[in-house]
Amino acid sequence: MSEGHDDHGHGKQSFISKYIFSYDHKMIAKQYLTLVMFMAVVGGSLAMLVRLQLGWPGQHAQFWETLFPAGMAQGVMTPEFYVMLFTMHGTIMVFFVLSLGPVSGFGNFLIPLQVGARDMAFPFLNMMSFWTALPGAIIILISFFVEGGAAASGWTAYPPLSAIRSAIPGSAMGQTLWIVGMIFFIASFTMGGLNFVVTILNLRTKGLKMMRLPLTTWAQFLVGILGLLAFPALAAGSILLLFDRGLGTSFYLPAGIFIGDTLFPHSGGSPLLWQHLFWFLGHPEVYIIMLPALGFTSDIISTFTRRPIFGYRSMVYAIVAIAMLSFVVWGHHMFVSGMSPFLGTAFTMTTLCIAVPSAVKVFNWLATLWMAKIQFTTPMLFALGIVSFFVTGGLTGIFLGTNVVDIQLHDTYFVVAHFHFIMAGAGLFGLLAAVYYWFPKMFGRHMNERAGKVHFWFTFIAYYGVFFPMHYLGISGMMRRIYDPNTYDYLKPFQNVNTFISISAFILGLAQVIFLANYFWSMFKGKKVESENPWHANTLEWSTPIHPGHGNWPGDIPEVYRWPYDYQHPDEEGDHAPQWQPPAKVKAAK
Amino acid sequence: MSDSQAAPAAGSLFGEGSLPFDIGWQKLMMWFFIITDALLFAGLLVSYGVVRVASSTWPDQNVAFDMNYITLMTFTLIASSWSMVCAVSASNAGNKKHISTFLWLTIFGGLSFLGMQVYEWSHFIHEGARLTSNPWGVPQFSASFFVITGFHGMHVTTGVIILLIVAIRSAKGKATAMGIENAGLYWHFVDLVWVFVFALFYLV
Repeated sequence: MSEGHDDHGHGKQSFISKYIFSYDHKMIAKQYLTLVMFMAVVGGSLAMLVRLQLGWPGQHAQFWETLFPAGMAQGVMTPEFYVMLFTMHGTIMVFFVLSLGPVSGFGNFLIPLQVGARDMAFPFLNMMSFWTALPGAIIILISFFVEGGAAASGWTAYPPLSAIRSAIPGSAMGQTLWIVGMIFFIASFTMGGLNFVVTILNLRTKGLKMMRLPLTTWAQFLVGILGLLAFPALAAGSILLLFDRGLGTSFYLPAGIFIGDTLFPHSGGSPLLWQHLFWFLGHPEVYIIMLPALGFTSDIISTFTRRPIFGYRSMVYAIVAIAMLSFVVWGHHMFVSGMSPFLGTAFTMTTLCIAVPSAVKVFNWLATLWMAKIQFTTPMLFALGIVSFFVTGGLTGIFLGTNVVDIQLHDTYFVVAHFHFIMAGAGLFGLLAAVYYWFPKMFGRHMNERAGKVHFWFTFIAYYGVFFPMHYLGISGMMRRIYDPNTYDYLKPFQNVNTFISISAFILGLAQVIFLANYFWSMFKGKKVESENPWHANTLEWSTPIHPGHGNWPGDIPEVYRWPYDYQHPDEEGDHAPQWQPPAKVKAAK
Repeated sequence: MSDSQAAPAAGSLFGEGSLPFDIGWQKLMMWFFIITDALLFAGLLVSYGVVRVASSTWPDQNVAFDMNYITLMTFTLIASSWSMVCAVSASNAGNKKHISTFLWLTIFGGLSFLGMQVYEWSHFIHEGARLTSNPWGVPQFSASFFVITGFHGMHVTTGVIILLIVAIRSAKGKATAMGIENAGLYWHFVDLVWVFVFALFYLV
């Protein structure tokens, strides 16, 4: 039970127990982040290939044939290759980058540090969680190299495409590996979630009441609960899908499916069943990705405005409300799948309710920023980027959440634009902001500020360049997942827009090279951190030594006396009073 | 680690903080695990409900199964929950002899249930039930049967393995009251799931 804590301060660990099968939450977090970085490069490259096709459809370039002899035979991308690209881009980015990064990566790193614990509640389970996620990622990567290529039924894997093995090339072995990889992922995420929730509830240090937790930890707490409640639905759905694929059952497959000249013997199943199970997970999953980013933003904005976060309590209630509402809105993904209009209206109402707590968060951030002396550091810039994306993507969410409007916009590029701002954009910027902000705690060095700012401005502007024009494409009727929009005459005039988007996408992709270079360069050569609290922040992780060992604090765990946002408190000297600082003497004198 | 030790003395690694519901992290984690596992069964049972409602006909369970036999299976499993309660209560009272007796009785109950399920499956298959078809009606009937009872059977098997580990550790004097109680929680959960399976699949 408590093994893994014993070596705190005792002797030297071997290479394997320190770097590979480590029990230390900080090392596990770094393992996760390294995996995430690799998966992000893969997932990002897939997106670049997607944009290559859409920017210049059918363009012939002999060079590509040497790289992808089957997918780009004679230098032209095949439709089968294209559907595989966006499917795997979505899967990898949603699950293996934006979930594993902010949640499993930074959740692991920050939760014990911010609640004042030596480690996670169950360090062995925590290690197992990583060593389950890694095989999942490897299985997903291997699926590119099997017969028929990787899965190609979209990241949502709707049957019958995903349930009949001979439907398309990607429905063969690739789809099976996709499901198996997802089951590994779910197992890993469940183990992580158990640790998150229990650690935050049970292992808080003395004086750290729930309403004194930093908003980052609040977000991770709710993410843990969301994962535990939502992922079982996908697990159950995936098991039934495996049965349909491999063993001939018909849970998802109705009668009368013809593919080519073959009539399939299935009968009585319902493809809608998968959609319900998938989206019962899928919508909370969106918040699993987003909530940590919102938590990071709150903490970073507070630190770099040197102000208490405006409306802490309403911030907490807002994320609790968002998390609860996320379980009753899944039907808004299925407005055109065949749904009673009355039910559609109900889902519209619950969906629009989410706008209220979301707006509370935005206005609280704006109130914190209002008239503040803002320090424009790189993490702060990314945090402001999140606020911007959250507003842009949130507003389009209202269009899509309303069933009458969604019937027009469903499955168009408007949807692609929407979720790339609200989920992918906020999630990615959350991850980047967190890396810039907590890098000094992770490696004892600063990342290069100048390179960070260049990275921010290229990323931010290119991001809008890629996804903002997609709103127009969507309203004009360009459908999502289309291989070549020029098939339709009415979409031909938009080819220039698509080319512009592709060029912006390549700039966006190249800008990430700056980040990767900065990250690895700073890890070894970056400016050394001089004090344990380089940002003069208030949360508990900054009370640990510059290089915290296994066990986090060399002596006793500090006691907490206050909430984490005491900036410019009138009773305190200096501009900030960290959580571990006892109340001012002034008070004692009174 | 028993409940009373859940808040250890100051200076130990997990010595600080307030404990919600005044229970240790192990028990809390088991409860959260049970919730998430229960939702997995909920997903399977809801899926079964959907395909059943979508189907115009559904076989009469009384024809396909021998209800007396299924009732006996249910009784066996519920009885094993009773012996588990006795084991936990004996462990709280510190009665080592009773712990071991009741743990082995629970294991016997679990193994009896599994044996009866093996017989039920082989009989069912012998009569012509397959994942893709069955003599009584729509294929979803037998498919749901195999998926749901199979999945539950796997959970019972896991439970028996956990109980075996606890019983052996208890015989060696290594098992903690918390460990026995958590194994008990899991066992009751598995039994409770069967009550739902029995009610929703065999009776309704």
